[in-house]
This record gives sequence, C-alpha cells and structure tokens, in this order.
Amino acid sequence: MVIPNLLSFITFLPLLGALVVAMIGDEAGKKQIALGTTLVTFVASLSLWFLWDDSVAGMQFLEDYAWFAEFGLRYTLGVDGISLFLVLLTTFLMPIAVYFSTLYVKEDIGLYLAMMLVLETAMIGVFVALDLVLFFVFFEFSLIPMYLLIGRWGGAQRVYAALKFFLYTFAGSALMFIAILAVYWQTGTFSLLELQNTPIQGALQTWGFLAFALAFAIKIPLFPFHTWLPDAHVQAPTAGSIILAGVLLKMGTYGYLRLAMPLFPEAAVQFGPWVAGLAVVGIIYGALLALVQKDIKSLVAYSSVAHLGYVMLGVVTLNEQGISGAVLQMVNHGLSTGALFLMVGLLYERRHTRMMDEFGGLWKSVPIFCGFFLVVVMSSVGLPGLNGFVGEFTILLGAFVYQPVFAVLGAFGVILAAWYLLTAFRKLAQGPLTNPANEAANLPDLRGGEIAMLVPLVLLFFLIGLFPNLFLSKINPSVAQLVNRTAVVRSIEMPDLSAPRLSLTDAAQSPSAFAAKVER
Amino acid sequence: MPQSLDALQLNFAVLAPALTLIGFTLLVMLVDILANDKRPALRQALPWVALAGVAAGLVVCAVMWGQPAQSFQGMATSDRFALALNVIVLTATALGILVSVQTIPTINYRVGEYYALLLLTATGMMMMGSATDLIVVFLALEIFSLALYILTGLRRESRLSTEASLKYFLLGAFASGFFVYGAALIYGAAGSTQYSIIAANMAAGIGTPALLYAGLALLMVGFAFKVSLVPFHMWTPDVYQGAPTPVAAFMSVGTKAAGFAAFIRVLLEAAPAQQETWGTALAVLAVLTMTLGNLAALRQTSLKRMLAYSSIAHAGYILVGLAPGTAQGATGALFYLFTYAFMNIGAFAIVIALEKANEDDALQNRAAGIAPRRPFLALAMAVFMFSLSGVPPLAGFFGKFFVFSAAVEAGWTWLAVVGILNSAMGLYYYLRVTVAMYFEAPGEETATAPRDGGLLRLSVAVAALFTILIGFYPGLWAGIFHTGLGG
Repeated sequence: MVIPNLLSFITFLPLLGALVVAMIGDEAGKKQIALGTTLVTFVASLSLWFLWDDSVAGMQFLEDYAWFAEFGLRYTLGVDGISLFLVLLTTFLMPIAVYFSTLYVKEDIGLYLAMMLVLETAMIGVFVALDLVLFFVFFEFSLIPMYLLIGRWGGAQRVYAALKFFLYTFAGSALMFIAILAVYWQTGTFSLLELQNTPIQGALQTWGFLAFALAFAIKIPLFPFHTWLPDAHVQAPTAGSIILAGVLLKMGTYGYLRLAMPLFPEAAVQFGPWVAGLAVVGIIYGALLALVQKDIKSLVAYSSVAHLGYVMLGVVTLNEQGISGAVLQMVNHGLSTGALFLMVGLLYERRHTRMMDEFGGLWKSVPIFCGFFLVVVMSSVGLPGLNGFVGEFTILLGAFVYQPVFAVLGAFGVILAAWYLLTAFRKLAQGPLTNPANEAANLPDLRGGEIAMLVPLVLLFFLIGLFPNLFLSKINPSVAQLVNRTAVVRSIEMPDLSAPRLSLTDAAQSPSAFAAKVER
Repeated sequence: MPQSLDALQLNFAVLAPALTLIGFTLLVMLVDILANDKRPALRQALPWVALAGVAAGLVVCAVMWGQPAQSFQGMATSDRFALALNVIVLTATALGILVSVQTIPTINYRVGEYYALLLLTATGMMMMGSATDLIVVFLALEIFSLALYILTGLRRESRLSTEASLKYFLLGAFASGFFVYGAALIYGAAGSTQYSIIAANMAAGIGTPALLYAGLALLMVGFAFKVSLVPFHMWTPDVYQGAPTPVAAFMSVGTKAAGFAAFIRVLLEAAPAQQETWGTALAVLAVLTMTLGNLAALRQTSLKRMLAYSSIAHAGYILVGLAPGTAQGATGALFYLFTYAFMNIGAFAIVIALEKANEDDALQNRAAGIAPRRPFLALAMAVFMFSLSGVPPLAGFFGKFFVFSAAVEAGWTWLAVVGILNSAMGLYYYLRVTVAMYFEAPGEETATAPRDGGLLRLSVAVAALFTILIGFYPGLWAGIFHTGLGG
C-alpha cells in the first residue's frame, strides 16, 4: 500500500500543530494539541515500519518535487534503513518530552510547546531530506527552536549557553555551506541520489570532506569540538536535554554517514584513522570527565560525548558491522540518554538540585524511581540483554576489523562507563538516607503519568536488547549498500580491510549472525 | 520635422514607470494644496495617493515586462534589468510609505511634502537602473540624493537630524564630484559616456586604457559612497541615526538597490573587458566592507546604528556576488536586494514601534522582555533578525545562497568563505536582539507602549510574510531577477 506524501505529512504535521498551539488561547488546549500532534506523528511514522519493504536497500517512500528550479534544488524526501530508525526515534521521544513539559513547564507554555513542535519538524526533515540544500535548511533551522528553548527556559547560565550553542554550531556549518555550493558547481546537482553515483574530483574531495566533517564533528560533538555541549545540556530545560541528546546530536553522526562519507569516500578513507582517533579520545576523555562531575546532569552530558565517540568509531570503520552497530547505537543512545535526562529532570523537579552529594539512600524513599533508574543506567552501561550492549559490541567488532587498536582503546570506555554510571547510581540510590529532604514524606515517588513516560522506554530497551534482528534486518541492507558503494570507489583499499576479518569469530562475519546468537 | 524628432528617438514610454511616479508626485502636491484646514480628510488621503502611485508603477512595469526598448539615442532602456530594479525600489517605497503613515505626522506638519519627496526619491532610484549613459546616471543620482538630503533633515528641531542631513549632503556632494570626474575621464578615454560605445571603442583599441581605469576607479568611489562600502561608509550610521526612522528604513534599501544597479550596469556593459581588474578591486572592498561592518555592528547598543552597520555588511555580501562579473552575480545581487527590502524595512518598522515619538535613538534594551507582552512584534523581529543573519529557511538565506553561489561558480571560493564566516560573525549581534526580547526581563527602558498601530502592524506582517514566503519558495521570485545582463 502506498500512502502519498506520507513523509511530508510526518515532517510537517508538527509544524502545523505548532501554528495551532500558537493561535489558540486556552492553555489546557495548547497542551492537549501539542501532545496530540506528537502522538499522531508517532503513529503515522509507525506506518513506515509496517509498510517497510525489507528487501529494498535503497530509499523508500520517495517524494520528489521541483523546488528552486534554476539551481536544480528539489524537494526530495525518502528514508532507508539508516534514517528510518532515526525518524522513529524522533517521533517516539517527542511525546515523552512534550508530556514531561506539560507537567512541569510553567512559564509561557504556549511558545515552549510551539518551539518543541517546530523542532520536531526540523529534526525529521534532516533525516528524510535527500537534497543537500534541503538537508542544510532543516539542519540549520533546528538551531532556532533549540536556541529559544535553552535561552528562555534554561538554567542560570541559559543566555550564555544558548548563544554559545547557536554561534558554535552555526559557524561550524558555515564552511559546509560553501562546500555544498562547490559540489554543485562541480557536479551540477544537489540531489543526494545522483551524487552517490557522481564522484567528486580534485581538491574538493579533500577540502569538501573536511568542511562537512567539521560541521558534523561540532554537532556530534567530536573531541575537541565538544565544549558547547556541557553548557547547552546543563542549562537546557529537561525536555530540551532529552531532545538535544536523544536526537539533535544524531544529526551530526547521521550527516557524517549520509553525506560526508558517500560524497567524499576517498577523503573519508584517508582521514578515517584521524576521525577514529578523535572518537576514541572522546570515548576516554568524555568518560573521565563524567567521572569527576558532581552535577548528575553534567555527568550525563559528558557521557554523551563518550557514547557518541562509539557511534563515530563505528561509522568510520566503513564495514557493515561497524556501521550497522553505529546506526543501532544512535537509537540506543537516544533512548538511554533521553531516559537518563528524563530521570534527572524528574528528580530535579522534586528537589531543585542536581548535586549528587545532596542525595543518597533514595531506594528507601522512592523505590519506583530507583528501579527505573537502575534499568536506565544499565542500558546506558551496556549490560547484555539490554539495548546498549548490542550496539557497542557490534561497533567494537567492526572496529576490530578496521584497526584493532581502536577497538581495544574503545573497550576501555565500556569499563569507564560502568564506573561513572554505577558510581552515580550508588551516590543517589544507595547508602544511608541522611538528608531529611530525601525522605519519603518530602520526596514523592513517581506518579502514574511519569511511569507511563518511562515504561515504553524500558520496553524498548529490552526489545532491542533481546531481539536486535527486528531492527538490524531493516538496517543491514541499506548499510551493505552504503559500504559497497564506497567500496567501489576505494577498491584498492578493500583487500586490506577484508584480511583481518578471517581471523575473527564467525560472529564477526555479519551482525545478523551475531545478533541471532544474542537472541538465544 | 517629424523625421528629425524621430531621429532624436524620444520614446518616453521607456521611462514610463519613472514618469508614472513623477505624475503621482505632482498629484500628491496638488492634493496637499487642496488639503487645507477645511478639508482635513484630504490630508489623510496623501499616503494612499502615494501608495496608488507605487501600485500604478508596478502595473506599468508588468505591462512593459519582456518588451525591452531603447530611447534617447541609447541613453536609457527598459530592459528586464531596469524593470527588475523598479520592482525592488517600488517594493521598498510601498513598505516605506506604510511605515511612515503614523510616524511622519508626529514629526513634521507638512505631510504632503514628505510623500512627494519620497516618490521623487523613488523616481530617481528607478532611473538609476534604466540609465545606459553616465550622464543619465548622474541625473538620476542627483534626483534621489537631493530629495534624500531633505528627508534626512526632516526632524528640524533635532540636532542629530540636522547634523545628519548636512553630513550626508556634504559627503554626498563629494561623492557626486568623484562620480562626475570619473565620468569625464571615461569620456576622455573612450570618447563617449554611453556604455555600449565605451565598451566597443575600448575593444576596438581606440581608447586610452590608463585613463579608463582612472575613470572607473573614481566612479567606483562615487558608487561606494552611495551604497556605503568601507572605507566610504562613515556617513551611514550617523545618517541612519539622525534621519526619521521611516526615512532610514526606506533609504537603507533604496539607495543600495539603486546604487548597486547602476554600478552593475556600468561594470558589465561599459567595462566587461576590464573585469579582472575591477573584480579584484571589488573583492578587496567586499572583504573590508563585510568585516569592518560586522565588527562595528558588534559594538553597537543603538538599534538604528546596529542596523546601519549591518547594512554596510550586507553591501559587502552583495559585492561578493558581483566581483566575478557574471550574470549569475548580477541576478544574485538583485535577488538579495529584493529579500533585503522586506527583512530590513521590517526590522526598521519594529524599531519605529519601539522608539518614542520624535526620539533620536532607541537603544537595544528598549526591546528587553517585550516578547511575552508583544508576541507578534517579537516574533516578527526574530524572523527579520534570523533572516538578516542568513539562517534558513528565511529569505535572507537564499539571498546569500545566490550571491555566494555566484562567487563559487566563478572560482572565487575564498571570497565566499570570507563572506560566510562574516555572516557567522554577524549572527551574534542579530541574536542579541532576540536575547533582549525573549530572554531578558523587562527593564526601565523597555518600550511599555509600543507604537504599533494598525498600519505599522500591517507593514510588519507583510514584510514578515514575504521574508518567510521567499524562504520557503525562492523559485517563485527568482525568475524576476534573471535579467540577462552579463550574458
């Protein structure tokens, strides 16, 4: 069955909802419409899953219209196995973030919800756009609502954080814009589908890659471009953090995977080890910084730097395991870290502090909260049986095939992650309950609505952890196509890559075989 | 007799849009005379008469579209380039009138004078695009400049306004001097003031190249004054600050459009063979203009001075597209100016709403915390600021897209890189306005009762709507500006 313009509907429904939210006066109505819009968008995006054709590796649900004819700009939308789950991640996290906001945001809620919805349109747009300029438009446009969310409803340093966020990421993508123009004047097209078959020649291969990579490295953020992230995260309102960590950062890794690598495969191979090196530094450095944080929210923020280091490590391997793992790990990180920020937000709304020293012994007062918190922490740590494990393991397998040294160093990050996250859990939940503010009488446990936000997240942790094939079967064909396409361009390099593959276990041969093993 | 008249080629139809505006200028004056104290309602009609003139001008342009004609022995033309400029100037004039209606009566009793001068200014600006001869350019330049000197000094009891008017007049006179001197040198070099003959003579080797370069350099100085390129920009912030805000709004777009249009035509039609030389000069001017304009804008606390320096930076962005001397660049420049008309006059309209009656200057903190109380004003200003800084998907993004694309196409990638880095720098001061509106608490200075009457709201709404529409669907508008100039 084909539903015409399904992707456009999913992309622009939130924007429509934002307009309605801005127009109507009634506050309760605004909340209902905002939540309703995100739910309808989610349901509509689920139809992508149900109508999905597993056998197609390329783009599905294609839409293609002329947009700005003289430059050949086209309004082209489509999803493949890589973008499908990022779209679903976005539409899944939005109702949770919006619902949280309706519970706790007091000031100027109409504008807040409108901005959240505008942000959803921008994010989905990034993942479905198949025209370089259209992608860039959504990519940059997402800055405006996020900037307002941080600057208007953030913490004490919100204005500084909002400005830094906007300026840093805007400046980062400036050069990408020029590179996009240069690509156009060399190849005569902005279409991603056409560019996949049009090799980019000469110096543009190198500097174009660097310009794209810089923009995405800042967005991800890759060490040493990460300095905007802790500020933005810590100052952002909870729902902003959920979306920032859950989806916005993925725009960087996705962009690298979708644009930088397929457009500039030679340069991507050439600079791959450098990017992998930065990713590994980010894994270790982010983890070490997370280890010394006193504020639980900054801890989670730095853990994002580390986790996205994994994703990047998987992406640059340019082999199926690595990239499939990276795609899955993007989703995993979105769910786990989104959930972590949600839990931190729930705690903050009760106690108005995020300093871990202020807590302790919460098991006794808020057992439901702590139970969920433990599951979320375990998911983020990468406990086998939960989602994080599948992604990280697959990525490390891919990294082994690529360069064992990166895998070995990256694996250290797993240990460090367990260390800082379990330390955080210990500080919050375990030990004696000394602070009277944490006693059950002063600290209410999670209510029905709040549990309702967490339950779907936890269910997904288990679903991905236990049945990764449900997801990988849709991801793999597209990843294989991407790998093959770049492999044609870098045909000389291929034998080197396949050689160490033989020395690995059969699990390393393909992620699906490995995943089947996990299922057992 | 008919034969000799025919030989003069007096085809006035070529200047029909400008002549229409002159007609309405006279009509405005007539209505103003009739509108004495017995008929106060007639005075209310003045802006509408002026607006009708603009509408008539647009209709005339539409009728003439695609039928290029020459007249006055090749001194003026009605090709698509000329008409496209007319569209930009008329757009700016219409918005300029709308933002004036409520403000000007509080400044100056003689409302009729104001609208007459405004239409006369627009007439001169429109002729800048039609001129294909240096003498006609000079005439057009003087027509709109003289009218603007008066408009700048309209707030007679304000010292700043008078100073601005005098400063603008003196520097403008100097600029005109440079221009005429340059024209004279070019006449000496190529034996004509008419673009096509200059180019033909130089190509045939009859001219004196050294003299032509000297003449072009002086012309460039004259134009650089008019469109405020660094280092000839000094007057801009003072004049914008001193002039009545509606006048500043109109002139910020109008003078730039007119100046650039004449500049583009001179360069592309009279000196296409010398592109390598003037291209380099333009690139240097572009880098200086963008960088210094943005750096200075960063330091401003006054809204009008910030917009003045921002307008200098924008002149630099337009130059980025012009340096290669391609058709794409000329189209890009016109498209840029078209988008600029909406976003910049829109921004000035918000300044009008925020400032007090007959005030010299509104500081940025006047906007502090107005968002919750005036959501419409704040949202519109945010749209203009984001568009000016080039954040997609607003009109300003596609303006930059066009001009930077022209530079990259011609291999001037480094210049486009300087331009885009500059626009990233410019983002900071535009964002500061949104910070004040949305993130700061209202202070003592906050505009408690913005002067946003119905018509001002209308102009803001129209400007914001077009800023968004052009961004969403640029292809709909870009066609107007493919003029064929430059090959």
